[in-house]
Amino acid sequence: MFDLDKWQEIFSTIAKNRLRTFLTAFSVSWGIFMLIILLGAGNGLQNGVAQEFKGDALNSLWLEGGQTSIPYNGLKPGRDIRLTMDDFKEIKAMPGIQWLSSRFSRRGSQDLSYKKEHGSFAIIACLPDDQFLENTTIHEGRFINQIDVDEYRKVCAISTNVKKALFKDENPIGNYINASGIPYKVIGLFTDEAERDMNRIYIPLSTAQRAYNYADKTDVIWMVPRDKSLQASNRMLEEIKTMLALRHNFNMEDEKALEAYNNTEQFKRITDVMDGIRMFVWIIGIFTIIAGIVGVSNIMMIVVKERTKEIGIRKALGATPWSVVSMILMESVYVTAIAGYTGLVLGVGLLELAPQFIPESPFFKNPEVDFSTAINATIVLIIAGSLAGFFPSLNASRIKPIVALRDE
Amino acid sequence: MIQLKDINKKYSVGNNTLHVLKGIDLHIKQGELVSIMGASGSGKSTLLNIIGILDNYDSGEYKLNETIMKNMSETKAAFYRNQYIGFVFQSFNLINFKNAVENVALPLYYQKVSRKKRNKLAMEYLERVGLKEWAEHTPNELSGGQKQRIAIARALIAKPKIILADEPTGALDSQTSFEVMDLLKEVNRSGITVIIVTHENDISAMTDRIIRLKDGVIINEAGS
Repeated sequence: MFDLDKWQEIFSTIAKNRLRTFLTAFSVSWGIFMLIILLGAGNGLQNGVAQEFKGDALNSLWLEGGQTSIPYNGLKPGRDIRLTMDDFKEIKAMPGIQWLSSRFSRRGSQDLSYKKEHGSFAIIACLPDDQFLENTTIHEGRFINQIDVDEYRKVCAISTNVKKALFKDENPIGNYINASGIPYKVIGLFTDEAERDMNRIYIPLSTAQRAYNYADKTDVIWMVPRDKSLQASNRMLEEIKTMLALRHNFNMEDEKALEAYNNTEQFKRITDVMDGIRMFVWIIGIFTIIAGIVGVSNIMMIVVKERTKEIGIRKALGATPWSVVSMILMESVYVTAIAGYTGLVLGVGLLELAPQFIPESPFFKNPEVDFSTAINATIVLIIAGSLAGFFPSLNASRIKPIVALRDE
Repeated sequence: MIQLKDINKKYSVGNNTLHVLKGIDLHIKQGELVSIMGASGSGKSTLLNIIGILDNYDSGEYKLNETIMKNMSETKAAFYRNQYIGFVFQSFNLINFKNAVENVALPLYYQKVSRKKRNKLAMEYLERVGLKEWAEHTPNELSGGQKQRIAIARALIAKPKIILADEPTGALDSQTSFEVMDLLKEVNRSGITVIIVTHENDISAMTDRIIRLKDGVIINEAGS
C-alpha cells in the first residue's frame, strides 16, 4: 500500500490517461456535489420553517375575547365578550397548567422617549409567565415578576432594539422611559427570536390596568399545559371554553364569541411538515448516491475493459494477478477519494456562499449540511467505486495473458 | 533447457473440441536459435504460448530449466515468465501511454528494481537496439521496426534465458524484418535461447534449426 514505486506507477498512469481520469473524477465529484447541495437545500428549508415558529412557546393555548354571532339566552348577537381577571383566576385554579399569563396591549405603537431620544414601540402589559410563553431571553436585569404585579410597579423590560433606539450606548437599567407621560423604570433587557417581538416593551399587567383605566379587564389569556399532547391540550381548551361560555353567557357553538387557538395543533402540523422535508431530503439523497454508484461502477467497468490488453502485457512481463488488481483498485480509490473530496468542498463552499446571493425568504434559512453525513456519503461512494472496480479487475487479472493480448 | 514430452492441447469451440497439439515432443538446448514454422492453424502459436507459460496444456510434461511447468498458480507463472522468458509479439504489445524507456523498464518494475536503476538500465538497452534518441517517445510516434526493437529491448532487460518471438516480423517490411532478425541473432550470440514462430521461409532460413508443424504434429526437423 505504501510502496512509493507503486504510487509513482499509478500517478504516471493517471497523468497519461487524463480523459478517463477526468470522467471518473467528474462523476464522483458531481454525485457528491449534488448530494451536498440537496441536503443543504433541504436543511435550509427545514431551518426556515423552524425559524418561523421559534419566537413563541410552540404549544400554547390562546384565548381572546370576540363578538357573539349567535343569539343566546335571549341575548342578541353582536355582543362584545371581554375577558376579565376573574376568568383568569378561574383558569388559574384549573390543574395541569405549566405557565399561564394574561396580557393586553394598547393598539398600535406608542411613543416612548428617553431624554431626547424618541421611538415608536408596542407596550405589552403582561404577567411574569410571559417570559416563558414568549420564549424571551433575558440579557441583563430581569423580567416582570409577581411583586411588580402585586405592587403595581411602573417598571418595564425592554428589548435590545428599544435600548439601541433610546439609550444608544448608555446602560438602560435603572433609568426611566417616558410613555405618554408615565415614567417606567427599566428593569431588564431581553431578546426574542421572532423579529416582531423585538419591537416592544413589557410592563406589569396590573400597572397598565390601573394606568389605562382597564379595571380588571384583559385582552388575552394564554397558557402552556403540562401535558403537551395534542389530545390533552385540546381537552383543556374545550374545558376552558365551556367554563367561559357559562360565565359570559354565550353559546358554546359560537365560534366568533371567543377566539381560541391551540398552537399545539399548528405545532404538530409543523413537525409533520419537518418530518416530511427530512424524509424527502433523505430519499433524494439516497437516490443521488445510487446514481453516483451506478455512474462510478459503469466507468470502472469500462476502464477495466479498456485496460484488458495492458493487463495482458503486464502479465506477460511478470505481473502477478494481485499486482494487477491492486494497481487498478488503488488508482480508482485515489481518484474517487480526491474527486469526492473536491465535490464535498465545492458543495459546502457553494452552500456557504449561497445565502449572500439569494434573498432572505421566510421559509429558507442557513442552508447547511451535517459534515459527518457528507463524509459518510463520500466514503460510501469510494467503497462502491472500489467494489465496482474490484470485480472486473479481478476477472481481468484472471484472464490468461494470451487472451488479453489477443484483445485488440 | 526446454523439454516437451507428449504435449496435448485441446480447445473447445462451441460444441466441438479442437485438438490443436497432438503429442509434441521437443527438446531445445541452451543457446539455440530455433524457428517454428507452419501454416496458420497448425498450432505453432499455441506451442509458443505453452512454452512461454502464457497458456496451459492438457496432458504431457513441460520442463523449463528442469522444473515441471504444470497447473501452477498465476502468481508462480508470473514469476517464471519474469525470470526466464522475454516475449516479442507480432503486434509489439507496447503500452501506448508509456514512452519507450518506461516500456523497456516495465519488466524490472515487477522485479522490484528501483525506478532510478531500471530507467538507467532501460536506457542502456535502448542504446543497444539503437533507439536512445527515441527514449521519450510514445509507441504511436514510432515506426513498426522501431516498436519491435523496443519490444526486443524490453524482452532483454530482465536478462531472460529464452526469447520467444511470435511472428516478430509479421507486421514489418522485408528490410526492417532483416534488421530485426539481425538483432535477434545478435541476442542469440550472447547465449540466450531464441525461439521464433514464423511462416516466412526467408526468416526461418536465418535460424539454426527449423521445426515444422502441421495439424498439431511436428512433421520434420531440419537444421538450415
